[in-house]
Amino acid sequence: MPDRTDVVYEYDGSFEGLMCCVFESFLRHETPCDVYNAYSGTAQATLYPVRSIETDPEKARRVMTAIPRKVSPAAEDAVRGAFLSDQPGIEAEIIRFVKLGFRYGARVMTLLTDDTVRTVTKASGRVGTESHLFKGFLRFSEYGRVLAAIIEPKCRILPYLVDHFTSRYPEEAFLIYDKTHREALVYRPYEAVIVPLQELTLPTPGKDEQQYRHMWKTFYDTIAVEGRTNPRCRMNHMPKWMWKHLTELNGEGGTVAGAGKALAAAPSPSLPDEERLLP
Amino acid sequence: MELIDKLKILADSAKYDVACTSSGSDRAASSGQVGSAVGCGICHSFAADGRCISLLKVLMTNCCAYDCKYCVNRRSNDVPRATFTPRELADLTISFYRRNYIEGLFLSSGILKNPDYTSEQMIRCLELLRGEYRFNGYIHVKALPGADPRLTERLGLLADRMSVNLELPSQQSLEKLAPDKSKTSLLGPMRYIRDRITENSTDIVRYRHAPSFAPAGQSTQMIIGATPDTDYQILNLSAALYKKYRLRRVFYSAYMPVSDNPLLPAVDTKPPLMREHRLYQADWLLRFYGFEARELLDEAHPNFNPYVDPKCNWALNHMDMFPIEVNHAPREELLRVPGIGVRSADRILVARTSSRLDFAGLKKIGVVLKRAQYFITCGGKMAQGLKINQDSVLRAMVSDRCKEALPTPYEQMSLFPDPTLITTEDVRKCLTGQM
Repeated sequence: MPDRTDVVYEYDGSFEGLMCCVFESFLRHETPCDVYNAYSGTAQATLYPVRSIETDPEKARRVMTAIPRKVSPAAEDAVRGAFLSDQPGIEAEIIRFVKLGFRYGARVMTLLTDDTVRTVTKASGRVGTESHLFKGFLRFSEYGRVLAAIIEPKCRILPYLVDHFTSRYPEEAFLIYDKTHREALVYRPYEAVIVPLQELTLPTPGKDEQQYRHMWKTFYDTIAVEGRTNPRCRMNHMPKWMWKHLTELNGEGGTVAGAGKALAAAPSPSLPDEERLLP
Repeated sequence: MELIDKLKILADSAKYDVACTSSGSDRAASSGQVGSAVGCGICHSFAADGRCISLLKVLMTNCCAYDCKYCVNRRSNDVPRATFTPRELADLTISFYRRNYIEGLFLSSGILKNPDYTSEQMIRCLELLRGEYRFNGYIHVKALPGADPRLTERLGLLADRMSVNLELPSQQSLEKLAPDKSKTSLLGPMRYIRDRITENSTDIVRYRHAPSFAPAGQSTQMIIGATPDTDYQILNLSAALYKKYRLRRVFYSAYMPVSDNPLLPAVDTKPPLMREHRLYQADWLLRFYGFEARELLDEAHPNFNPYVDPKCNWALNHMDMFPIEVNHAPREELLRVPGIGVRSADRILVARTSSRLDFAGLKKIGVVLKRAQYFITCGGKMAQGLKINQDSVLRAMVSDRCKEALPTPYEQMSLFPDPTLITTEDVRKCLTGQM
């Protein structure tokens, strides 16, 4: 008998929560036609019955161990990646994908012409691409001995940046703030955490910092060959929505344009987070 | 002189160097170090000309003893000169690197006094970086033709990638425009670097702690359009460099007129960007698609077709080899179809293990059907409603930007023929190879 599909799930927005949705959908023989995220409030008026799914760590663990074992590690990566893509409607697709996975096994990753598989692998690919771009398009500023950067990515890429930046600056203390999803990656030697952070305002950069920003901007402007100016090519490689926090394209303000002023006006309660990093 | 002025002068003199990749090395920093390298390379920004900025690309000095006619830094050119001290440059690199502005350093140089002295300055800077600052990021360094091999050796042990710029693709052009250089003086260091890399790869197998010599290999660069050399000559040279010298990359740089020497194109000539683009396309075909240089061009057709890319051009001239069946064709045949690239070829191989592919499926996989449909069958069938005549195929192959240059099939009637327009006849000749 085919699964029941005239039902909508609601979960708490966490990965564990989504895994519980998978668990329930197996148990109840239903494939939800949509999944609402109670945390970010994507719920809307619907005629379908809404089933609220409780997050149970034990159920989530069972699903999470089953995916790499019964489907494949590659499928697990795709599921985790797609979840971080923050794409509207991806949760329902993930549930369908995992169901397909348990039916076909590792072969599910070869069903490239299947719409569900394609949506999920594409979404996880998008996270990979975006995190790769931000490994380059992220600018730290030095405050005291702490490096801080603000980014506004579309996907939740912080988990993808941890390994890269910790192996790059093992001896530094740094903070990367994801303004879109209000999360921060905080690192001090040999310890990295991702914490939710509502607001981050940074102090006015020091003289050295401003000087280096100025030098970088000079270098950036000088290195382009005038005879080959090609704005379209630049935008293809570096879309404009990524320019917001780039030092070289934002005048002197750079990474934290205006943030210094905001701090002067109203000292933020979030600063202790940064101070904790100081030795 | 302020550091920022030096930076400005020395970045300005280095900007005509094309190579700015940080690929080929993959390693993490160990404790106490700063910096890592990522195998695929990372672009940190894109300049207004659309080129990637990955490394801090500067010259050690733009003072030069040589007088190469095509170069901005030639002895006889009246430009402001500057020289970094090794420490200034090392400081700057680290400060930029910590802020994640760059992936590492690209160090080239004019010849100050003589190649040996300049190499020593560069070595001092790199030693500071690798030693005192414990910098573990990417370094690309130029080997200077004419420097002592022992100095080249030391540079290679400090850098990830080394390069010697050929600049001009033939001995005659070199004689004419770069009287201080010769083919042998350029190929000598290239050969030396190749041999050291090979030797080093066996050393590393034998002794775990053997220092690595240019682990990201070597590259070179050629200027396009400063001399009458044809695409055929250039592509053959690249193919030979990839095979015999085991280069990782050959870069092409459209000549930007920098001096009004009678031996060079006039100052107001536009850089041949399209030609450069076609050469890069062909270069990819050599490295990733299993093409040979002689398949793409020959003596009768020494230059690329400006309207269609080299792969389409090849396919249109070899219609007898098509159509191929996507459900059975091996990878190397799939790669020869216009509209199927390395990624989609690999995806086709994966997808067809579990289901038969049709045109809708191919589209989902990412094949550019607009071009590919003329060359493939799915389950023995061609795409539905496809009209194959020379004009329609050509139209499908030509990119949107080039399309404007092509004549429309339904020509506007006019009393006076437009002499500047390319005629359909010309296009046919282009395709059949008569032109």
